[in-house]
Amino acid sequence: MRRLLQTILLLPFLVLGSPAAAQVPFGEASGAKEGLEIGASTSEIAITSDFRGADLTIFGALTNADELFLAIGQYDVVVTLEGPKDYATVRKKERVFGIWMNTEGMTFEQVPESYSLASTRMIDSIDEAPSLNNIGVGIDHLALNPVGYIPDSGMIGEFRDAYRRLKLTNGLYQRDTSGVRFVSSSLFRASLKLPANIPDGMHMVRAYLFKSGQLITQREMPLRVVKTGIEQAITDAAHDRPLAYGLLCVLIAVITGWGASIVFRKD
Amino acid sequence: MTVYLPIAELSVNIFIILGMGAAVGFLSGMFGVGGGFLITPLLIFYNIPPVVAVATGANQVVASSISGAITHFRRGTLDMKLGSVLLVGGLAGATAGVWVFSWLRRIGQLDLFISVLYVVLLGSIGTLMLQESVRAMRRAKNNQPLPLKRPGQHNWVHRLPLKMRFKKSKIYLSAIPIVGLGFGIGVLTSIMGVGGGFIMVPAMIYLLRIPTNVVVGTSLFQIIFVTAYTTMVQAATNYSVDIVLASILMVAGVIGAQYGVRVGQKLRGEQLRALLALLVLAVGIRLAIGLIVTPDDVYSVAAGGMSY
Repeated sequence: MRRLLQTILLLPFLVLGSPAAAQVPFGEASGAKEGLEIGASTSEIAITSDFRGADLTIFGALTNADELFLAIGQYDVVVTLEGPKDYATVRKKERVFGIWMNTEGMTFEQVPESYSLASTRMIDSIDEAPSLNNIGVGIDHLALNPVGYIPDSGMIGEFRDAYRRLKLTNGLYQRDTSGVRFVSSSLFRASLKLPANIPDGMHMVRAYLFKSGQLITQREMPLRVVKTGIEQAITDAAHDRPLAYGLLCVLIAVITGWGASIVFRKD
Repeated sequence: MTVYLPIAELSVNIFIILGMGAAVGFLSGMFGVGGGFLITPLLIFYNIPPVVAVATGANQVVASSISGAITHFRRGTLDMKLGSVLLVGGLAGATAGVWVFSWLRRIGQLDLFISVLYVVLLGSIGTLMLQESVRAMRRAKNNQPLPLKRPGQHNWVHRLPLKMRFKKSKIYLSAIPIVGLGFGIGVLTSIMGVGGGFIMVPAMIYLLRIPTNVVVGTSLFQIIFVTAYTTMVQAATNYSVDIVLASILMVAGVIGAQYGVRVGQKLRGEQLRALLALLVLAVGIRLAIGLIVTPDDVYSVAAGGMSY
């Protein structure tokens, strides 16, 4: 009875999504700390050369979840798949003497080459930007730190926007704000999109649990993406044994040229 | 039918690449050129990254030059000694060229530099060839005799020191301009993915006054080694030789060349040169348009690579 009363009193706050709601003390109901478990059917994804992109499903469960908060949808889950990190350089073209050329460039430190996000709703309505920036969740909140000193901070913003836009355009960065669905009261399923041009290497699946807009716990799980097939063997050879690879290229050319001169010889 | 190019990292229609290779092979057989200066821009037009287009173009030239060089070797119209001196310069030039190539790539100006270099070279050579062939056609129409050649004429090149005797070519010439020419062509090979025959042949004839009969065979000889070397160095430093793309181009190219040779023998020299000049100019103009037209997106992103 007392709990019901509390619910009725609390509802207006919760519907408004006011952060103040999170601070309301909840007594014995929130005594145990919520936990989060995730799992995938595989820890390795083999991608063949005809790969056109796919969905990766991550299952997860909330433990010790507060029934009441569950019922009113105060738990939010965000699942991300972060690709291997590398430097990324954004360049800007300008017209110089009638010709378009790269005039400015900015290199960002160690950013994920790919990033796929699934969430229960728009992440910006889950939490406020500053705290999302802190934990680096969401395409707009990833840390993009330029290498070296850039005096003009307006330029940094401009290049960051361009970077995010280009990554979203070529599909390496994706977001699906309804990609996480609760299949039962505490069990959820997240569908992450793997782009066709997904880089190979160590990826990281990260799941974040938010309660009333506060990050309360997170889990992570490595996922290896391996490209298979003859094309990948060629790429590996080109990078791991470049001299032998170059020699093979020349050899093919010699055989082709020589062969043609024998086959088509007139006399 | 699509085929995935592992180094260019994109899927292409195999028939378009085959067609490109065959067409360029046909033209190279018809005009007696290597075809690198056509294949590289065509690949760029087909959205192959310029880095890959240049390195793969050099690889393709190896194949297209070999059968020609073999023919000249059999006929005895190949000066090995002259070719070797050219090669010394060529290898040095190719090394320097790859270094410049990597540096331009690092500062993000490679694509622009390749295009500008192509526009300048194709534009000037196309114009010169067109003028020359139109003049020749007019002369033929008016039945004027060819102006007399003056083989004994010497220029500043022949006053340079370090003279060497080239028996097969029957010339006595300083090694400096030969190495210099080889060097320049070597640089072009690694930056533009061309054999450079279309520059080397006129330079050898008009500047070094080397007898015409050995010029083509000797230039092909040096082109084979410089392009093979460039392929190796590009593979080792920029990882940009696409073996799948190169193989398709080479096979289509050598077959196309055989038919090109037959057609070329039926056409008159000056008409042939005028056609080639128009083709060269067309490719140059198309590249120039690409430089001037406002790009879809002024921003671009490159993974890795540090820019300062």
